[in-house]
Amino acid sequence: MSQPDDSAILSRPRYGTLSPVEANFHVFVADDSGGETILSLAQSLPDDFFNNAEIIYVNTDSENNQSVIDGLEALGCPRLYIGPSIAAALPRLRTSLDRMRMGTQVYLSGSESLLGMATMTAMEAGLDHQALQTEHRGSLARRVQCVHCKGITENVTTQPADCDHCGLLLFVRDHYSRRAAAFQGVNINAEDPSDVPAKEEIYS
Amino acid sequence: MATSAKDLPFREETFRDDFTFKNSPETVLRAPFPFDKDSYMYAVNMELHRDGRPGTAYEAPIDVDEHYVSEMKDRALVLDEDPLRYQSLPHMTLAGWDTLELLMTCKAETYPEWFSLTRDGDNWHWVNRPMGIDQHFVFGDESTLPYAPLEYITRQAQGDFCVLDERDGNLWMDAGMVTTQADWSLDFDIGMNFFEWHAPVPLAHEKGIFKRALKYLLSIQQGNPARRLNWTMTVNPRLDTSPENYHIWGPENTHITPENVADKLFLRIELQSFWRLPRSNALLFPIRCYFLSMRDLSTVPKWATRMHRVLQTLPPEIASYKGLDNYREIAINWLSQFDDGKPTSEGPHPD
Repeated sequence: MSQPDDSAILSRPRYGTLSPVEANFHVFVADDSGGETILSLAQSLPDDFFNNAEIIYVNTDSENNQSVIDGLEALGCPRLYIGPSIAAALPRLRTSLDRMRMGTQVYLSGSESLLGMATMTAMEAGLDHQALQTEHRGSLARRVQCVHCKGITENVTTQPADCDHCGLLLFVRDHYSRRAAAFQGVNINAEDPSDVPAKEEIYS
Repeated sequence: MATSAKDLPFREETFRDDFTFKNSPETVLRAPFPFDKDSYMYAVNMELHRDGRPGTAYEAPIDVDEHYVSEMKDRALVLDEDPLRYQSLPHMTLAGWDTLELLMTCKAETYPEWFSLTRDGDNWHWVNRPMGIDQHFVFGDESTLPYAPLEYITRQAQGDFCVLDERDGNLWMDAGMVTTQADWSLDFDIGMNFFEWHAPVPLAHEKGIFKRALKYLLSIQQGNPARRLNWTMTVNPRLDTSPENYHIWGPENTHITPENVADKLFLRIELQSFWRLPRSNALLFPIRCYFLSMRDLSTVPKWATRMHRVLQTLPPEIASYKGLDNYREIAINWLSQFDDGKPTSEGPHPD
């Protein structure tokens, strides 16, 4: 039996490496440098592979992602979507997953926010765990749910961090909920609100 | 002679604002003191949950004591403020009916002067005299109760209740009523498996505690419930020490002084029990909270001595995780007057 790794967060999903499998249809969802995963996979796939696929790509950094976008457009995938944010892409993903046929494989690559939110959407659509692969690329920024007001703050790179909703200063716990696709944030200075610890960039 | 909980009137008291909660001397003596020796470390301290001695918290399978009615009022206040403290995923309704049946039959059998249950097929009649409830309903028909079955019955039962679904060799936190928790959030943890919801606990994973505990829990059979004790400390007798409200109660952690420690600092004991449910095969996991102030402890010399030694030798990671750092030294100093340095007798019970 393997011993738990001290550095692992037990409530957090383990991410792997994408590896295309036999399937009736393939759905790729990626953001920013996660798009490079699709391009490098494409090099060892048959030319017509993407005829039977859909690509949903989120580009939050248009200056630096142009070569990825050019590469994706060159794959000849008839259903290529490029959107500006995860939130903007989710309705499209939801519709695609709802209409999914049996034997569809879903591949996610990118930030933890993308992986979490796309996984949540796939679970809501009733996708089997085995039909989903994940690979973590790019930003370590966390999606954080404030335990007090329940609001979600995106792209958290510091410890502690401000809640975008209620303004409390949050300690980002190493505790992750798949259902919320978020880490838990708990007020760090509740005992003494005048004690304001400095923020450190640790999740960038 | 041991006094039964049934001999005491229900207290009118509060667990917030003016904090009028108080234990009678009989209730102090029947508390399930959690330390069976003079030091503490995590352990899989499971044992069978069998009817215990009269005059202990184990005398009934589901304990009802003098705090019952006031605790239920506090739960109703919490649910008005934050309805997310009760949640049940859609596949857990059957386990909710199982829970309702278990709690009603246990209570009616052990406390017939307070509760009665009359069954005619699926037509049930439930009477809860302390809370003034008289309810006819059809077992299995949610439309005949004012709440879903799990919410209905756990608004009438002391302690938090988690309902764990069993699948893939794991237990999943898929329903619960959690208003008296020691700093964990049902809303965040719902849907997690056993290892996931325990992720923030220090040291115990490395010691393999949770793997062994899960194995034990999965082996629990209907009719053979098990139990264990856990503990922490709380400033003021506040049942709702939720993370949701931590920014509200957190400042109280700094309010302990040598002058007020005896009456303002409480040992918070959790009596956790585990019951296999018959129809759903889920596990019901009640977590019942008992408060003993430092002054309550001092009325039992062995307990004050032992609390003193446990706090002195507690590993710092555990003390921090339990949130004791602000007042641990003050408590040690106050309790030292009861510690004569001599060995204590074995087991948790008073001498």
